[in-house]
Amino acid sequence: MATTSFERRVGAAFVAATLAGAVLLGAACGGGDSGGSSATKAPASNGGAAVGKDDSAQLTGAGATFPAPLYQAWFEDYQSGVAKGVKINYQPVGSGGGIQQFTAKTVDFGASDAPMSDTEMAAAPDVQHIPTVIGADVITYNLSGISNPLKLDGATVANIYLGTLKKWNDPAIAVLNPGVNLPDKDIQVVYRSDSSGTSFVFTDFLSKVSPAWKAGPGTSKAPKWPVGQGGQGNAGVTNVVKQTPNSIGYVELNWAKENKLPFADMKNRAGKFVTPTADSSSAAAAGVAIPDDYRVSITDSPADGAYPIASFTYILAYKSIGKCSQQTPFVDMLWWELHDKSAQQTVTDLFYAPLPSSLVARVEATLKSLKCDGGATASLKGG
Amino acid sequence: MTAQTIPRSEKPARSLQNRLKPGDWLFAAVTTAAGLVVVLVIAGMFYELTNEGWDSITTNGASFAWGTGWDPSHQVFGVGAFIVGTFVTSVFALVFATVVAVLVALFLVEIAPGWLARPISYVVELLAAIPSVVYGLWGVFVMGVFIRDQLGPLIVATLGWIPFFNGAPLTTGLLSACLILTVMILPTVMAVSRDVIGAVPRSQREGILALGATRWEMIRIAVLPYARSGILGAAILGLARAVGETLAVTLVIGNSVQIPDNVFAPAYTMASVIANQFPEATALHRSALIEVALILLAITFVINVAARLLVWRVTGGQRAVVQE
Repeated sequence: MATTSFERRVGAAFVAATLAGAVLLGAACGGGDSGGSSATKAPASNGGAAVGKDDSAQLTGAGATFPAPLYQAWFEDYQSGVAKGVKINYQPVGSGGGIQQFTAKTVDFGASDAPMSDTEMAAAPDVQHIPTVIGADVITYNLSGISNPLKLDGATVANIYLGTLKKWNDPAIAVLNPGVNLPDKDIQVVYRSDSSGTSFVFTDFLSKVSPAWKAGPGTSKAPKWPVGQGGQGNAGVTNVVKQTPNSIGYVELNWAKENKLPFADMKNRAGKFVTPTADSSSAAAAGVAIPDDYRVSITDSPADGAYPIASFTYILAYKSIGKCSQQTPFVDMLWWELHDKSAQQTVTDLFYAPLPSSLVARVEATLKSLKCDGGATASLKGG
Repeated sequence: MTAQTIPRSEKPARSLQNRLKPGDWLFAAVTTAAGLVVVLVIAGMFYELTNEGWDSITTNGASFAWGTGWDPSHQVFGVGAFIVGTFVTSVFALVFATVVAVLVALFLVEIAPGWLARPISYVVELLAAIPSVVYGLWGVFVMGVFIRDQLGPLIVATLGWIPFFNGAPLTTGLLSACLILTVMILPTVMAVSRDVIGAVPRSQREGILALGATRWEMIRIAVLPYARSGILGAAILGLARAVGETLAVTLVIGNSVQIPDNVFAPAYTMASVIANQFPEATALHRSALIEVALILLAITFVINVAARLLVWRVTGGQRAVVQE
């Protein structure tokens, strides 16, 4: 069937337009590359920020999923109860995404479970880490006939996850749990398949208590797990553990508490078996020397009542280049969450652990030192 | 002798012919633009993936394609284990889904009466409408338990002498992923097979029946050979879907970077590793994941093109050509 002249013309126009479009697309994509903005550029005012009255602002933040329920509750309470014009929008895209967006200055603040590494800070030199709350990872398991919480220690858990300790009734576990009837079955290991701060904290702890783990998989958000199967998110791990008899896994404390999962008492560096609670998590922070920039790992803390698998979660704020219209209400909000009784009550209601009182004064001083562009101090309250 | 033509100046100014011309060109322009957008989107995808994955392509080189180590914390990247996982689960699903789908299609076209064929056809196509995440949850809560408690022990009992089938049945693992993919691509393969088998001309069927063939002989001799390339195309379409299936597989495959040594062991697919690790990935890790995505896109593209060509050979339709 011959093509008509009409069709020939449409075809020619199509090809010409495709080539032209491809050239334009190539030029556009090649020119405007994302990331790597100059350090002196002020952060972008995120979509439709309202700069008008003093206490009216729209802020956007992005980062870790672990504190997301808490932050979202705080921001809602802050807007409805304290500063009606301040709307804070938080996107739980993950710690990595939060750091990326903070570095690219596309958000007003970031959030991360793990502190930024030196390389990451080199790309974002104006960052101030602000610890907000403390979280903990608990070891959950599926064993029939065990009514009291299991007792485990770091080396044993590391060997289980390395695959060298294979059975539940292994002497290493039995000696920690005298009188408990452990089954003669293989341990089914479960881990987080998605990259997460939870895995980072857990592997950080394992690296500290087990040289074999440190030399092998090491500390990472997505380590190479020697044995076991992965579940996606806290929910995935919980599901797999619940459905697999004789399994072991790790989840966040607040998740375990809300879903009433059984979890183990861990032996800390002081030699005590500690039940993971808000108090024992806060105690972990009290026992470690916290540097000025708060970037520290508090796993395997030497304090007496400390739970060994605990960590801070951080807000990433601009030290001096934040726009005043955004930075000031944000710092006020941080001040509020640190001091307001209802905000701290929300922390315990959602099963997070508050900062130890020794740290609160230091964080207050940090908040007062934050500046916004133009050189003004960002914090209006306190002092 | 010259044909009578109306000189342009004498043509009526507001004839029907003249009024339609702007509309025609507008229509042509709009549809051309729409087609253009589609082509540019696909080209744009390839370009962006290559661009963002360039770090990984240059750093990891060719060994990325067959290396089986994947350790982001030590900057070791290799897509081999994921390709094996994707390949094994997809081919398993392809084989089993095609067998079942062709049988169902033959039933619907050759054997079932019209009042029965239509509802069954509708129900099978409904399987394609179920969201992927629902399949994943069904796989975790229903099928996984079935494998762990019934199907798994049965397989170990009957086929356990083969090392590959001897393992501890869990709710997640290679077998779970294979079965869930089979169920998910079944409606696609069935629908296309049914159309392909229906497109076999009546003359073929009547001819062989006139020679004294039974119904099964008719199907075997007249229908299936004629529809063979079309069924193959349908199967490959199903394969394309299976290769890219992300959420349902991620929930049931166990997510372990290894080449599974038995059918119940956890494994990993290309789509799953991207879904699991991309949100937190930075630098080279992110670039490596994008390179995985590029490989996945290329594979899916090739499979789809091959499938479409095969299907069109038989059905003759679906082409953007007005039939004469």
